[in-house]
Amino acid sequence: MKEHPDAQYYIRGIELPETEVSTDLEPWGETRVVGKPLPRVDGYERVSGTAVYPADLTLPGMLYGAILRCPHPHAMVTAVDVRRAAAMPGVRAALTAFTPLDRATRPHADMIRTQLFDPHCRFQGEAVAAVAAETAYQARDALRAIQVQYEERPFLADERKALEPGAPQVRDSGNQAGETQVYQRGDVARGFAEADVVLDQEYRNECEIHTPMELHGCVARWDGDRLTLWESTQGVYNVQMQVAATLGMPFSLVRVVGHYMGGGFGSKLQTSKYSVVAALLAKTTARPVKLVLTREETLLAVGNRPASNMRLKAGVKRDGTITAMQFWGSGASGSEPAGGVSLLDWPVRDTYTCANVRTELTDLLINAGPARPFRAPGHPQGAWALEQMMDALAEAIGMDPVALRVRNVPTVSQARGNVPYTSTGLRQCLEQGAAAFGWDAVRAEIARQGNRGTVKRGVGVAAGLWVAGGGGPPSTAVVKIFADGSVNLNMGASDIGTGTKTVMAMVVAEELGVAPDAVEIEHADTGSTQFATGSGGSKTVPTESPAVRAAAVDVKRQLLELAAEELKVEVSTLTLRDGKVVSTQDPAVTRSLTELQGLRRRRSLTGVGYRGPNPANKAVTPFAAQFCEVEVDTASGEVRVVRFVAAHDSGRVMNQLTYQNQVFGGITMGIGFGLTEERVLDVDQTGKMANLNWHDYKLPTMLDVPADMTCVPIDPKDTECNATGAKGIGEPATIPTAAAIGNAIYHATGVRVTHTPVDPLRLVAALAERGEG
Amino acid sequence: MPRPRPTADPAVITLEVNGERCAVAFAPHKTLLEVLREDLDLTGTKHGCELGECGTCTVLLDDAPVLSCLVLGLACDGRRVRTVEGMAEGARLHPLQETFADLGAAQCGYCTPGFLLTAQALLDANPRPTRDEIKAALAGNLCRCTGYLKIYEAVELAAARLRGEDAEPARETLYGRR
Repeated sequence: MKEHPDAQYYIRGIELPETEVSTDLEPWGETRVVGKPLPRVDGYERVSGTAVYPADLTLPGMLYGAILRCPHPHAMVTAVDVRRAAAMPGVRAALTAFTPLDRATRPHADMIRTQLFDPHCRFQGEAVAAVAAETAYQARDALRAIQVQYEERPFLADERKALEPGAPQVRDSGNQAGETQVYQRGDVARGFAEADVVLDQEYRNECEIHTPMELHGCVARWDGDRLTLWESTQGVYNVQMQVAATLGMPFSLVRVVGHYMGGGFGSKLQTSKYSVVAALLAKTTARPVKLVLTREETLLAVGNRPASNMRLKAGVKRDGTITAMQFWGSGASGSEPAGGVSLLDWPVRDTYTCANVRTELTDLLINAGPARPFRAPGHPQGAWALEQMMDALAEAIGMDPVALRVRNVPTVSQARGNVPYTSTGLRQCLEQGAAAFGWDAVRAEIARQGNRGTVKRGVGVAAGLWVAGGGGPPSTAVVKIFADGSVNLNMGASDIGTGTKTVMAMVVAEELGVAPDAVEIEHADTGSTQFATGSGGSKTVPTESPAVRAAAVDVKRQLLELAAEELKVEVSTLTLRDGKVVSTQDPAVTRSLTELQGLRRRRSLTGVGYRGPNPANKAVTPFAAQFCEVEVDTASGEVRVVRFVAAHDSGRVMNQLTYQNQVFGGITMGIGFGLTEERVLDVDQTGKMANLNWHDYKLPTMLDVPADMTCVPIDPKDTECNATGAKGIGEPATIPTAAAIGNAIYHATGVRVTHTPVDPLRLVAALAERGEG
Repeated sequence: MPRPRPTADPAVITLEVNGERCAVAFAPHKTLLEVLREDLDLTGTKHGCELGECGTCTVLLDDAPVLSCLVLGLACDGRRVRTVEGMAEGARLHPLQETFADLGAAQCGYCTPGFLLTAQALLDANPRPTRDEIKAALAGNLCRCTGYLKIYEAVELAAARLRGEDAEPARETLYGRR
């Protein structure tokens, strides 16, 4: 699928390594370690200050790099004079579009061949030049001494005007990225004719920016022809392959290390130009170079969830049958094709049973920083439209909003040609979530009380699913057991803070009968660990855990064969527990791992595991339903989120604690998307970003998030999706949140606010329009 | 080849860092954050925005939480600084560090040092804070991962342990409420 984050390799024609497939593993029954709320195996490093993030690294002789960025939304660079900058104390290199190193065009992350410093700057924040100096201050001072001649061009900052005649052109090919994509099943005209009620509504979401707490950055060092990058990334192999392709190097000579990183949410899934810049500065100076972006740069140049414009027309019969849905969506990729409408229509296509569906998606270009995948691309936006529409339909036919959703739970993936799901817990999410929330009781109570004051209470529900659940091949893992019974796991996956290492240690512990903290992990290093795709798409656990399990089972098989020989029993009667080989039939037959002669002679045993394919002709999909209560101050327009209940079917819960972390973090990010976060562009005057800092770009703080959040895991006991039964939780957790809040605001006030973020200004305006507040 | 690191004439100050007096020379325009990270190799203190907006770089200056990106190194002469590296006693973690790790209050871990020191200042002044008091004290620290709930729980559990209570995490903290 084009939208899948890892699809970038295919598109560029870079062969994805084929891996073998491990033998089918029996599904787990009862587990002894997996599922428990175990703290992170690297908790000590993360709380003690000893974890080394890329920006913490200092190498002998290291220089500091910095990038000069275009201050205009649209301009041609006609000349760059670095003579003054290059002569300043401590400055060791200056690169521009006019230095010989950057004459050639290269394939960059956007699949467009340009110079590294493209003289045609199509967004505020495009790289224009770079320097390396002895200190960070000298590098920043040198940037200010670079003289650039810009020829400003008319800019386009609002994608809603992109196709108007005479609109400034972002690229020569026009302001639309590709053709409008149309999806259709059934006949919507017939469906609307069959409906008792047809509603038609427009929705809009403003652009949201990832802003992980850690800045993007890396350290680059060359040893002869070999490049090492210590990178803040979600996928070391993503960076390796992209940097190698850009610099025309073999993969093997680019080593990328990414042990600790401070959050990415999609913005660190692909490679940024700064990594190539750091590599070139290091090459030019023959010194290591650290290049860490500023907060402003990360707000401008390393991705966003694009603004979305949506219209949804839907028909329903009195009995709750949804007869037709027609959806129009457009979004802003930014200055280059970057998935501006990626997956925007998926919730409409696949969340509910509906025979007649038509969607149209139009991806538009504007003079602003390109989009990147952001925690469930397209889905929170699509759910914002669909789930508010479901509420409106329910009201129109006098049905409870939960009941209407339950009535339309699908058992097959309609958008994939009606293939069945390996499991679907959407009904349980809705029903058990409603029970945990006290849905019926609280709605009855609010109705009884009448909501008369200026502060009004409301509750809302929204459901969701995530298209790319379940992960998939390729992935390789290696497990090694030493003669003393301790274990080493080698895998390429990054732990982006979600607890990947912890979950994988638990999988190894489960199979080998050792304690999770006896498992040492090597990970996220292209030089020394196995291949893994990037940690994104909620696919890390469902991709990696079956491969890790297969590797552990491979070691287990070897251990049990050795033990069977030494104990002179059938291998099928043996298993591993608490560091011992034990018989399942005779308690007297037991041998400690450290007493196995075969292991002592070999010193270690190594097992290899591969991620097998997902089941053919089945869809693997996580489902969710979230419920929230809000208080709306109709005088000030403020919304207080009082509590949340999140019921999720993400398959097996691998670790209760890290699972809850994803759910509560996802809800909080959804609160930001729904209520506070917005990239404000000065669309008319300058085209520049007007809230280029965390003071004006509002993340939810402790004051904005309820301390009352409840996680209701639904485990459908999925034995088909993969060998561990996990489907992925990171993204589903944020998909329904904003829509649930929107529905609760409507329940409280009777006013439907269709435009996020629902800040006090928008809400007061909507209330005033209705003559309230 | 000599590789000079030319700076302006360095400033030299004496300060107490994590219980030890030390003298440090640095370019006089540097912030406390930069002095800690670059001149004292204390990289546990993280750089989030350099604008005083995120709380990530919080350290204790004479026991009070400050944003080290907004404090000049020169202003710290003769003063006491505590960073995350000074919270543990040897390898024994401070109760706050322990509960942050055990309850999942640290995910990516990048905002964690700032939260820990802000929370320590709170608990030093108020051993039994309510959730509203925790909220008021920690609202200046941004976290993009956790959703803050586990941070409340970790501060509350650490507070109980610091009061000498034999506290264990609530079952619902570990397994969720049903």
